[in-house]
Amino acid sequence: MPAAAKLTEPEVTTDLALEHGLSASEYASIVETLGHTPTYTELGIYAVMWSEHCSYKSSIKVLKTLPRSGQHLLVEAGEENAGLIDIGGGLAVAFKIESHNHPSAIEPYQGAATGVGGIMRDIFTMGARPIACLNSLRFGELDDPHNRFLLDQVVRGIGDYGNCLGVPTVGGEVVISAAYQGNPLVNAMAVGIVRHDQVASAIAKGTGNPVYMVGSKTGRDGIHGATFASEALSDESAARKSNVQVGDPFTEKLLLEASLELAKRPFLVGMQDMGAAGLTCSASEMAAKGAAGIRLQLDAVPLRETGMTPYEIMLSESQERMLVVIQKGFEAELEAIFAHWDLACVAVGKVTDTGRLEVFLGAALVADVPCQDLVLGGGAPQLDLPSVRPAYLDDLPRIDMTDIPEPTDFNRTLRKLLGRPNITHKGFVFEQYDSTVRTNTVQGPGGDAAVIRIKGTGLALALSTDGNGRYVYLNPFVGGSIAVAEAARNVVCAGGRPLGITNCLNFGNPNDPEIFYQFKEAVAGIKAACEALGTPVTGGNVSFYNENPAGAVHPTPVIGMVGLVEDLKHITTPALKEEGDFVIAIGSINGELGGSEYLAMQQPDLAGQPPMLDLETERHVQAVCREGITSGLVTAAHDISDGGLAVCLAEMMLAGADGLGAEIHVSRRLRNDEILFGESQSTIIVTIIEENLLDLQRIAMQEQVPCTTIGRVTAGNRLKINDIIDLSRKVMGKAYFLSLAKIMGA
Amino acid sequence: MRFAVLVFPGANCDHDAYHALRHVLGAEAFYVWHREESLAGYDAVIIPGGFSYGDYLRSGAIARFAPVMEAVRKMAADGAPVLGICNGFQILVEAGLLPGALISNADLRFVSRMVRLKPEHTDSIFTASLDTERSYAMPVAHRGGNFFASPEQLAELADHGQIAFRYVDDRGRQTATANPNGSLENIAGVFNRQRNVLGLMPHPERAVEALVGSADGLALLKSMAGIA
Repeated sequence: MPAAAKLTEPEVTTDLALEHGLSASEYASIVETLGHTPTYTELGIYAVMWSEHCSYKSSIKVLKTLPRSGQHLLVEAGEENAGLIDIGGGLAVAFKIESHNHPSAIEPYQGAATGVGGIMRDIFTMGARPIACLNSLRFGELDDPHNRFLLDQVVRGIGDYGNCLGVPTVGGEVVISAAYQGNPLVNAMAVGIVRHDQVASAIAKGTGNPVYMVGSKTGRDGIHGATFASEALSDESAARKSNVQVGDPFTEKLLLEASLELAKRPFLVGMQDMGAAGLTCSASEMAAKGAAGIRLQLDAVPLRETGMTPYEIMLSESQERMLVVIQKGFEAELEAIFAHWDLACVAVGKVTDTGRLEVFLGAALVADVPCQDLVLGGGAPQLDLPSVRPAYLDDLPRIDMTDIPEPTDFNRTLRKLLGRPNITHKGFVFEQYDSTVRTNTVQGPGGDAAVIRIKGTGLALALSTDGNGRYVYLNPFVGGSIAVAEAARNVVCAGGRPLGITNCLNFGNPNDPEIFYQFKEAVAGIKAACEALGTPVTGGNVSFYNENPAGAVHPTPVIGMVGLVEDLKHITTPALKEEGDFVIAIGSINGELGGSEYLAMQQPDLAGQPPMLDLETERHVQAVCREGITSGLVTAAHDISDGGLAVCLAEMMLAGADGLGAEIHVSRRLRNDEILFGESQSTIIVTIIEENLLDLQRIAMQEQVPCTTIGRVTAGNRLKINDIIDLSRKVMGKAYFLSLAKIMGA
Repeated sequence: MRFAVLVFPGANCDHDAYHALRHVLGAEAFYVWHREESLAGYDAVIIPGGFSYGDYLRSGAIARFAPVMEAVRKMAADGAPVLGICNGFQILVEAGLLPGALISNADLRFVSRMVRLKPEHTDSIFTASLDTERSYAMPVAHRGGNFFASPEQLAELADHGQIAFRYVDDRGRQTATANPNGSLENIAGVFNRQRNVLGLMPHPERAVEALVGSADGLALLKSMAGIA
């Protein structure tokens, strides 16, 4: 085994602490707590644990305002590695979304791959079998070859990792906007299923119990990944490549199987994956949770490089590792599980009753820190950052429709919209992901929500990720609410009942009061929508410092929603089904163009307000759609979102069988482009057979929601709207299905 | 008929094969770990898909040295049905139990989508109850499924009726767009000379329930299991 290097460590000073990203006052408080100048290793430990990434110091006070409890919640936000919701039958669903933006900006393939690996470990450390993965991706404009490179590599990274792991990637989003130039967003969500009696906890307790490191060996990769994630990207960031971890999905697959086997054993006390801040974070968080301490003997840690210092071992973010605590006396049983899977499994320490993280190299105590002082909810700083309403919000130009000439050829406009990167079919991306492994995928990528059946139960999960940075930029509160409302609407359209959300909040530098205002307002909007729709927040991730030298990205909260499909008969798709079916709009078509894809196509500068969202109306519209589906009336459902009514109908037709079309008449006192391309919220288009019209109208009347017949499904492969749209399946299909591959040069 | 579903480190379609056989077909199926040296008591073998040993050297190149592969060889020689799916196909090719080679997809990308395949003939235990006049929908999910063979090998395969399946479009035509990976002559699966060993890239075990996309793979598995 490689011996750790003879220590020639830098002298710890305030300057060195500042270089580590700590503030002068934070450093002073560390010195006071310890009663002496920290050792170099102690400084490293504090720096990562108190980094934004691990401590959530800027966001935690705001996050605590979110609704975090509900009747089905088995674990509240922040308590474990992921949220946990009861779905009946002794089963629970574990799910979480997390960002890997900075690594993906620098090394897109590994950044995205390890993002998937990390979120998967959060799920299976809880004893849950991962059953689905979704990805929410954002890049700068694709006419820039570097952005095409980023997209290509991120997709390959996600695919290679998830495909090898055997977890289907079933959905997500790809959004293209100049706002993400230089700072792409890569958010990965994983979903797993666990039996209540096999839920594993991330806890260390029981003095004398052994502490094991399992999985991969420890190398120098990813040191300071957490601190790297806590600063803005700059031209120097490319030099940070060594901060990016390297993934090994094969080892992760072995670790997954071994961990799930371990979770079934009663001798398991707790386990946690080593993600950000590696051994430091897992050891201190597990000990703090159990009100215990941990003594580590670093000589025992299996290393993949020689000469690693305690500082490096404690801070390494080598992937595919876990920290495991078991009851004393079961060492042989534990080791047998990991030997079966050819994985390292080495005792590196013991649980103590000191409440301290004590780190030894040989006989030398190289770090001795109170665990509680390191962790979120304990001694980690919690900031009250100032926020100021950004001036731009009051200076946003109003949309002057007289400046926007109505198209003379609406067919051409619709064709162009269908080929826009944000609307076009993402087959180029999704076909690189194995979406069918584990044979549970009822609705794969491309529907409103993915639908995954749960074998042996008659249940399914409906999963969706949503977020619209343009809306949030224009109105952070409303944009935050819309992200939740749309995610829930997508779940409802697929036949599910929304259960809860996980969120990934991607923002700029929180120390900029205007950015922090966006953050606070967006969270307030999320809160309002979660309360109105009864979907608690089970956890998630905050990613700050999403900036490039030109400024911050659009504030982009991404909502991952999980819904329960209580009967497989409820599963509904957007596809048109039968000639003669009525096409119905549930909700109003208000033709709002603010923040719309149509407007973005006409003029580069954002203007106006995002579409209005009334949460009560939203709730009622979703209730009508849901009851329409559960009572067997609705044959297809799709909500109006990017691209408006015309795109919604085109997508329903293109998802349906060859031969079908639709003829639609919408009369509103609006301009034609507003009717066709406005992105009204709280509007769902459904189809029903003619005989069911009265029944659906009765449901809508009870909920006091408009329910308007706007047309019929026709034979003949043409979409006709108001005598201004008349397009064939072939022409629309070409724009919709082939554009992304063409843009990517594939 | 007792099925052995082999489990290599990195296999990830073992559950799918097991589920299809046991829960959908009602057949007797058992997982067999790669370190086992005997397949005594089993009547048929399925080598499922996945990324055995991470596929780090070359797909299937390490798996062929696994202890269980000697037993597979023996069973194949004895005429027992051996089906390799996806990575299993790659392993059988690497082990020399099937002809040809599987190289990277023509566009060098992973491909995951529904394809259609048409059986060439019904003169094998796997295809006995299939219909050569129709095509069968099954998903593919692989990065190295591009079937390659020399012109001489190809001629030999055709002469001996070893070409099991070809990719076709929904009208049964062998077109370039129906071919997901660039395989020569749209070849999706091949037999050994005795036709008791079959390798194919598409996943019949993922196509056993209409709810999840297709039930067209049932015919092949039923045929193999001797279920009418």
